[in-house]
Amino acid sequence: MRDLLNLLLFDYTVRTVALGCAVLGAVSGVLGCFAVLRRQSLFGDALAHAALPGVCLGFVFAGGKSPAWLLVGAAVSGWLGALAVLGVVRGSRLKEDAALGIVLTTFFGVGIVLLTRIQNTGNASQSGLNSFLFGQAAVLLQRDVLIMAGAGATVLALVALFYKEFKLLAFDPAYGSTLGVPMGLLGVLLTGLITVAVVIGLQSVGVILMAAMLIAPASAARQWTDRLAVMIGLAALLGAVSGVAGAALSSLDARVPTGPLIVLLATAIVLFSLAFAPRRGLLWVGLQRRRENRKLAAAAVHGPGFNKAPGEPDYADHLGALGGVHRPTDRDAAPNAPIKERP
Amino acid sequence: MQLGFQLSIILAGVLVATSCALIGSFLVLRKLALVGDAISHTVVLGIVLAALLTGGINGIPTLLGATLVGLLTVLLIELLSGSGLVKEDAAIGLVFPALFALGVILISRYAGDVHLDVEHVLYGEIAYTPFDRLVLAGWDLGPRTLWVLGGIGCFDLAFVLLFYKELKLATFDPGLAAAVGISPVLMHYLLMFVVSLTTVGAFDAVGAVLVVAFLIVPPATAYLLTDRLAVMLGISVLSGALSAVLGYALARLLDASIAGSMATAAGSLFALAFALSPRHGLITGALRAARVRRRFAVDLLLDHLVRSERDTETQIQAEFRWSARRARAVVRDGVRRGLLRFQGERLVLTEAGRAEAAVPGPGALMTVPTE
Repeated sequence: MRDLLNLLLFDYTVRTVALGCAVLGAVSGVLGCFAVLRRQSLFGDALAHAALPGVCLGFVFAGGKSPAWLLVGAAVSGWLGALAVLGVVRGSRLKEDAALGIVLTTFFGVGIVLLTRIQNTGNASQSGLNSFLFGQAAVLLQRDVLIMAGAGATVLALVALFYKEFKLLAFDPAYGSTLGVPMGLLGVLLTGLITVAVVIGLQSVGVILMAAMLIAPASAARQWTDRLAVMIGLAALLGAVSGVAGAALSSLDARVPTGPLIVLLATAIVLFSLAFAPRRGLLWVGLQRRRENRKLAAAAVHGPGFNKAPGEPDYADHLGALGGVHRPTDRDAAPNAPIKERP
Repeated sequence: MQLGFQLSIILAGVLVATSCALIGSFLVLRKLALVGDAISHTVVLGIVLAALLTGGINGIPTLLGATLVGLLTVLLIELLSGSGLVKEDAAIGLVFPALFALGVILISRYAGDVHLDVEHVLYGEIAYTPFDRLVLAGWDLGPRTLWVLGGIGCFDLAFVLLFYKELKLATFDPGLAAAVGISPVLMHYLLMFVVSLTTVGAFDAVGAVLVVAFLIVPPATAYLLTDRLAVMLGISVLSGALSAVLGYALARLLDASIAGSMATAAGSLFALAFALSPRHGLITGALRAARVRRRFAVDLLLDHLVRSERDTETQIQAEFRWSARRARAVVRDGVRRGLLRFQGERLVLTEAGRAEAAVPGPGALMTVPTE
């Protein structure tokens, strides 16, 4: 543990990578909340795949691996992909799942064609371009992290600025339209911001796993709260934590890639939340159900008013109301409980 | 020999396209396209696990492992979305990256022990098809991949033919299917089993991307071109096969990835159908709308001329508040269809025009009775 901390604080490479992954986790956590709430979770997946041709064209355009060009290319083609999905859904009778699949594979196919074309032309500086496929967090430089942080800060500032409008968009777009808020435009803006988040993550976790970075922190945060602001904060935190932890842990073994590890950690957080979150979690709901069953059984055995807290419904009355249809017997109400005498 | 090599690569593409397009049609119709996407990613985990356990990526263990993981994917997605805690799309997006990430970690961790690399998994190497030959008792039976793909293609075809009625009913009316004793749940898992099997088989040859592309894109193309299931299956297979052939040509032309080019070709065919499909196309739809609008305008004009014949084009323009261009276009259309003619500057109805105006067309709804 202390070694890990040492690495994180004092090892330049590990610190840089961890910072980059923290930025990525936080930004995608925040935007993922809106994507998940709007049921557009898989948009991020399609966007990430659609960014690949842009990365390649950015490379061709800049004549080298200039990070700014690659990111701009990725953002533009990712955004075009998102618009193509919306276009297919609106312009044909295909549903969103098919539209996402079509855009994802076609853009990715074009991207692979461009990528292999660049590789086959023997341009020496192209090596590492394919790290965008799976991400290679270990090669993040301070310069990259600064760009990521700058883009991330811009995105978060815009989310803060349009917080009220985005909230409306997520929960009741129809009402928003009646208020005269341009919902369509806001949707396009939000998609643009998600694109930026995806592009930030491409270099570290890669095209395929990017979807998880949007979905997992948000889904985990959703279990702990019913308030949007809290959910966003929590998702940012959980995203950042899985980013840092993944970066640190993978630095211990060079054979374990960072991106997939971050995704696995984020998924573990989701599973934990699904199981243990208060009020929604599976454990909580299970216990609650058991408690209710117990009370019901006790009420059936002991008669009205037994063990009843003030303000709580009297289960025995409910049973009484059912009595005309079905007379509950002791075995009925609590098949596994030992049979007791009535007092 | 060179020709034989090329043919066997194209044939491999066509076989993958055929089996994927057949099964994918049902995925698209059942709105499960992305579950297919998820499965084709997670089978990686199955392949790796089988490879780690048996020390190779050949034969039955791989097929079995990957198919099981494919089914596990579906099961996990349904468990997650069934819990009500996350929506279905989020469930898909949670399950497949997690399983895929696990697969990738296992590959990199034990890369030395398994002959698998992640790029191979993604876009495969269909170009190696001709070199890996099936040799049985000293006989060279041709590329092994072709045998595997051919077998899977036959299996898929047999599955669809055998269960055609059941699949159709369970897809379009699960309630009725359940009522007549065909369990939609059973059909669902059967289909998912076949999807997993197809994916694994196709995957080694062409990679995950092309499998997803062929599962979703040709069926979507076909869906825009017909309303009949049998026809859709046919078009789907044809457009898949065409994508494979065109894609191969494109790859040769550009000296680029064959799988990527085939996916590009499939996407281009979809774009064509999206724009030009006779019934559902974007451009055809726009043209049809323009034609209806024009016809409606001519009807209005005829109705107007019945009452106040001998208007000039300028007067008509003012009457309907049309732009000069619109007015000219409408009048020209009427003249071309022989309903109006010019008498000098003025417009009069022909006999045909008078008859047409007497028929209560859509224009009749719009004109206020003068008396």
